[in-house]
Amino acid sequence: MNGREPVAVVGIGQTHHAAARRDVSLPGLVREAARRALDDAELTWADVDAVVIGKAPDFFEGVMMPELYLADALGAAGKPVLRVHTAGSVGGSTALVATSLVAARVQRTVLALAFEKQSESNAMWGLSLPVPFQQPLLAGAGGFFAPHVRAYIRRTGAPADIGVLVAHKDRRNALRNPYAHLHEHGLTLAQVRSSPMLWDPIRYSETCPSSDGACALVLTDRAGAARSPRPPAWVHGGAMRSEPTLFAGKDFVSPRAGRDCAAEVYRQAGITDPRREIDTAELYVPFSWYEPMWLENLGFAAEGEGWRLTASGATALGGELPVNPSGGVLSTNPIGASGLIRFAEAALQVRGEAGAHQVEGAAKALGHAYGGGAQFFSMWLVGSRPPTG
Amino acid sequence: MTRPGRPGPPGAREIAIVAFAQTRHRRATPELSEPEMLLPVLREALDQAGLRPGEAGFTCSGSSDYLAGRPFSFTMALDTVGAWPPVAESHVEMDGAWALYEAWVKLLTGEADTALVYAHGTSSSGELRDVLTRQLDPYCTAPLWPDPVALAALQAQALIDAGETDEAALARIAVRSRAAAATNPYAQLRGPVPAGDYVVRPLRTGDCPPVGDGAAAVVLAAGDDARRRCARPAWIRGMDHRAEPHALGVRDLTDSVSTRLAAERAGAFDAPADTAELHAPFTSQEVVLRKALRLADGVAVNPSGGPLAANPVMAAGLIRLGEAAARIHRGESGRALAHATSGPCLQQNLVAVLEGPEREERP
Repeated sequence: MNGREPVAVVGIGQTHHAAARRDVSLPGLVREAARRALDDAELTWADVDAVVIGKAPDFFEGVMMPELYLADALGAAGKPVLRVHTAGSVGGSTALVATSLVAARVQRTVLALAFEKQSESNAMWGLSLPVPFQQPLLAGAGGFFAPHVRAYIRRTGAPADIGVLVAHKDRRNALRNPYAHLHEHGLTLAQVRSSPMLWDPIRYSETCPSSDGACALVLTDRAGAARSPRPPAWVHGGAMRSEPTLFAGKDFVSPRAGRDCAAEVYRQAGITDPRREIDTAELYVPFSWYEPMWLENLGFAAEGEGWRLTASGATALGGELPVNPSGGVLSTNPIGASGLIRFAEAALQVRGEAGAHQVEGAAKALGHAYGGGAQFFSMWLVGSRPPTG
Repeated sequence: MTRPGRPGPPGAREIAIVAFAQTRHRRATPELSEPEMLLPVLREALDQAGLRPGEAGFTCSGSSDYLAGRPFSFTMALDTVGAWPPVAESHVEMDGAWALYEAWVKLLTGEADTALVYAHGTSSSGELRDVLTRQLDPYCTAPLWPDPVALAALQAQALIDAGETDEAALARIAVRSRAAAATNPYAQLRGPVPAGDYVVRPLRTGDCPPVGDGAAAVVLAAGDDARRRCARPAWIRGMDHRAEPHALGVRDLTDSVSTRLAAERAGAFDAPADTAELHAPFTSQEVVLRKALRLADGVAVNPSGGPLAANPVMAAGLIRLGEAAARIHRGESGRALAHATSGPCLQQNLVAVLEGPEREERP
């Protein structure tokens, strides 16, 4: 037998995300997403051959290697359980590891699940490494990324309000997504623009929230896809790329690992002109300015031109390339799950199952995640039709 | 290579462990950062395989933030890999044995022909017995802080009560392991160790693993690539892992159904093995694993000394795979089982079947 087994997404589920899901335990949270994914696929726990769990640092919930404790909740007794942790990109990596299991024909049907219950701790301090691991200069991810946003603005001469446009667009999109954490009805551009400055130039309304939430996918082979009650999303390409955190010559604005990762995904999927051939993208944008930055890094816009695409309205729902129609990380951020939600939302789009935030006729969609010091990348491209060749 | 009736992906690529390196494991390594600990080990494994840093088609590692006491502890380790230009890379928050599993799957897809797998653990950063209690059910069990020795003691007592072993037999496992480690320059405890006092009855000091820091690295390669890189590749004939329920009360602690299931799926029972490297940190757990794996008396169990001689948490499982492969590389084994475990009282288990060239008949 030669070649890889084609891989399809036949079930998608996520929790209602919120600042604190005090109504559920950790097992309750992950089961909520997993059950929705199984129900979507019209499968039962017994149909799952293996479970891949992803989440960001264990300190966020205070449970070391929680896949051990959660094995029961995910029906994994007697099954293989793999726990992935690649920093913020982990949700995407979780989907890709599950994809590999099916593509290699090691397993037929795999449940990929990622979660974070941030209300169990304080993520900002959880992300701030203590002395002696890091100088005591940074507080949270914003402190790390704000200088790189400033470098982008200086490099491209982008006008100051681009970030505001992104934040307003994503929060408006979230109103169409019943699972989104933030539903800020009536939010105006002026309100975003006048929200408190946190890490110059990033304002309060331009940052992601801290969320409790989980997301789950059911991935399966060709035979499984043929039994799917709803249209599957097919994996056309997927890749991970990593580079060191700090080194002389590192480009924090447009990391090479991101560019290389996208190039590999496009190669696998046969994409030569991403802006024209990809219908929508769910990008990991935790701070508003990362939308134009990633548009350039991923080849949707020429270097220095990403902000123009955003300013033109092309990335809005109804635009030429809707970005984050779900509301994105700016509206929902259970950290370890945020990447998987991007991958899941891309799959929802090409299945035509995205409801009120559906991009009409979406046939190819990109899911993107990144993590660490803009150094870990995972992406996939999904399509409404099976991959050719 | 296809074997009719053997579980696993049909027509799968041949994949082998072609290199293995490890640190000289020690009680504490305060003078070393994690990258400093890893760098020599990675270099040694890559040199054995004839790979330059960053040249492997895939890289995967295993470690735990809870051991390091900081989030994202694996990110700095990337500095040792040579991840520039950027590399295809992943990480599991598990023992490195599961990183090897992820890399094996990656090679099976055909996306890569070689993989670097590594793991490290600095148990000395905190009180290991306290730290590992944080693995337990956070609502009902972890608040009681039952440590791994106490839980293993429950298991040992269950075995004794069931007539499966006794304290003298456990002591003989300890003596045999440390005696075997006398010829292993990487082991932390080498040669005779007194049985000592009870730590938690019925387990004595001698029944427990040493607490220590260490790292290990393995290189995987596929097909002819493996043959070029290693005179006697250790072919992975099968590999599988299975979990059991977390709560001890719903498991039979005298048995390991997940080990047996993983072994079946890996093809371990298709032919007798001459060697078994078992990730049994406590003497009593070797009793459970021997039964689950149906090991005959003649099988060399933990000729390296096993985890009773060196147990760098997060790397100790990967070291079992590496030690079993190294026996094949040296021509000391034709067919070896390697086992890794995770969680309290053997909750999750991985079994790999490794074979040398003698048994290999290419179609």
